[in-house]
Amino acid sequence: MLQINNLVVEIEGKRILNGLDLTVKAGEVAAIMGPNGSGKSTLSYVIAGKEEYEVLDGEILVDGENILELEPNERAARGVFLAFQYPLEIPGVSTMTFLKAIMNAQRKAREEAELTTPEFMKRVRAAAEKLHIDQEMLRRGLNVGFSGGEKKRMEILQMALLEPRFCILDETDSGLDIDALKIVAEGVNTLRDPARAFLVITHYQRLLNHIVPDTVHVMANGRIVRSGGKELALELEASGYADYREQAA
Amino acid sequence: MAEVTPIRTAAEVALIERFEGLKNKLPGSGEIARGRDEAFALIAAAGLPNRRVEEWKYTDLRNAVREAAPLAERPADAAALVDKASAFAKADAVRLSFANGHFVAERSDLAALPAGIAVTPLAAALAEGHPLLAEMGKVAVAKGNFALALNSAFMMDGALIRVAAGTAVDKALHLRFVNGGASPFATAPRVVILVEDGASVTVHESHEGVGTAAYQANSVVEIVAGNGTTITHARLNAEQADAIALSTLAVTLGAKAKLTSLGAVTGGSLSRHQVFLAFAGEHSSLTLGGATMLRGRQHADTTLVVDHAVPHCDSRELFKTVIDGEATGVFQGKIIVRPDAQKTDGRMMSAALLLSETATMNNKPELEIFADDVQCAHGATCGQLDEDLLFYLTARGLPRAMAEALLVQAFLGEALELVEDEAVREELVARAEGWLGERA
Repeated sequence: MLQINNLVVEIEGKRILNGLDLTVKAGEVAAIMGPNGSGKSTLSYVIAGKEEYEVLDGEILVDGENILELEPNERAARGVFLAFQYPLEIPGVSTMTFLKAIMNAQRKAREEAELTTPEFMKRVRAAAEKLHIDQEMLRRGLNVGFSGGEKKRMEILQMALLEPRFCILDETDSGLDIDALKIVAEGVNTLRDPARAFLVITHYQRLLNHIVPDTVHVMANGRIVRSGGKELALELEASGYADYREQAA
Repeated sequence: MAEVTPIRTAAEVALIERFEGLKNKLPGSGEIARGRDEAFALIAAAGLPNRRVEEWKYTDLRNAVREAAPLAERPADAAALVDKASAFAKADAVRLSFANGHFVAERSDLAALPAGIAVTPLAAALAEGHPLLAEMGKVAVAKGNFALALNSAFMMDGALIRVAAGTAVDKALHLRFVNGGASPFATAPRVVILVEDGASVTVHESHEGVGTAAYQANSVVEIVAGNGTTITHARLNAEQADAIALSTLAVTLGAKAKLTSLGAVTGGSLSRHQVFLAFAGEHSSLTLGGATMLRGRQHADTTLVVDHAVPHCDSRELFKTVIDGEATGVFQGKIIVRPDAQKTDGRMMSAALLLSETATMNNKPELEIFADDVQCAHGATCGQLDEDLLFYLTARGLPRAMAEALLVQAFLGEALELVEDEAVREELVARAEGWLGERA
């Protein structure tokens, strides 16, 4: 589903990704682990299409199509979804208004009919309930005054409603207590599907106890330096990233 | 200091000639005529305000007004002109219409006025020397202001509205100003609203351009609010794109009174809306808001002077300006806290969003505080749309233009929320959406 070949990326003249190769198959949950500064978040932003990064070489193929020239919204319409490490607050835009706008924008891009209001409400209610998001939260400005855990649940709610085919979770566990982590992980697990792939970016192994990956990749110095099964996460938890930092240097 | 005789511009010369030619034909005699002379003397002495005059530093009328247009006659097709207006049509309101500044009885709901509200066309009130006209021009901080003085000299019509003590009206009063003509003209309508003790009233004010010729509008609305009054006011400037539009809201607020006023601006090539407000009684509160949308080479100025002359009053000012193209926004807000006005709570905020690299905003918030036990704050910001927010929205699937529009709406929404009347608020939100939809 996702194939990244020799991706080289700079920001403000500083090389962040250094010939990265990665393949994630449909139905697969792939974890990327690595020390701080290894380029994990940059990878997620570059896949989603953030402008300030300069791609010097390589390609990102989604279902065989290179998405590097596409705008972020065009990538979203093709099923790419990034759950942000730090979801942004948008005062003045109610969560409901926002959800309806993004769902209909994607439907429009795929030439599907807009959702009727009752259908929209039904879907939001059902998805919100699973994530323990109450109606009051949905009426507030998007993420305004939400706790860290509430913001992350709101990201997963959007993911559930948009039904993307390729989901990137960027440090979704950061700032979450164990209860919130379980809710978020459960939300993700219910979306696991043979037609859908996940890229779970995390610094700690903790999240991977709850979202159990099929593959684990270790990233250092802007490249994937080691790949393995879920046991690799446990090994990293025990040994730390010190070896990889040295290898990178 | 040496006396300097200013060299008059062609527009200033024409203005003086027009006043001399018209003064005996304008309605009113005695005190009223003397008032016109006094007001015009100010204008003749100072000329058109220009950038050397501090209060007009950012809005140079001497430069902008090259020709003084003749004062508009009552248009023959006044009713037809009013029928072209569309603003606030859905709001449940009693309508008072003005075509090129002249009261249009046949398009005003005089027969359907709610109990407790009395309306006299201003030309008639001036001609008969109506005793309530003595309430005009009482706001001290507005004295000597150019636009107000110009209106006082030339006011040709308008309305004198009395809301009797204790009146609570469920319908709004809609002051519908419609301007249009085939050749240039100037207007000087004046509306005086006396809100007696304990009364509450909602006033909607719309200004629309529907003609072909450029015009120069200069409207004044005065509100004299008694004790325990509640007034909500919403104003729309949808003047013609080539119009020069000056407008003034002058308010005296009694004790335990409450005023909320929101002004939206989309029209005019050059506009200036002034609010002069004097707290005359304790425990009163004021909320002023603005939502201004500019593009092309538009210039819009909002100037406020809030005079806390008495203790225990609150004022909140929230002004939002969105500027695209080569347009210029101006915000001048002054809060004066007099020595006696202890326990004043004043907060003023002006925020501007620049959508292009050639947009300009001039923010000038001022606090003049002479009392020692007060809370006052002001803030002014000027920025662009946040790229991180735009990325967040586009990564969720919104096309860039939609994402920008959503953020601009959210920015303006905070001010537009101040409008209590749902139909008017929805219309202003829709106008903001329409404005955004026209962005290339």
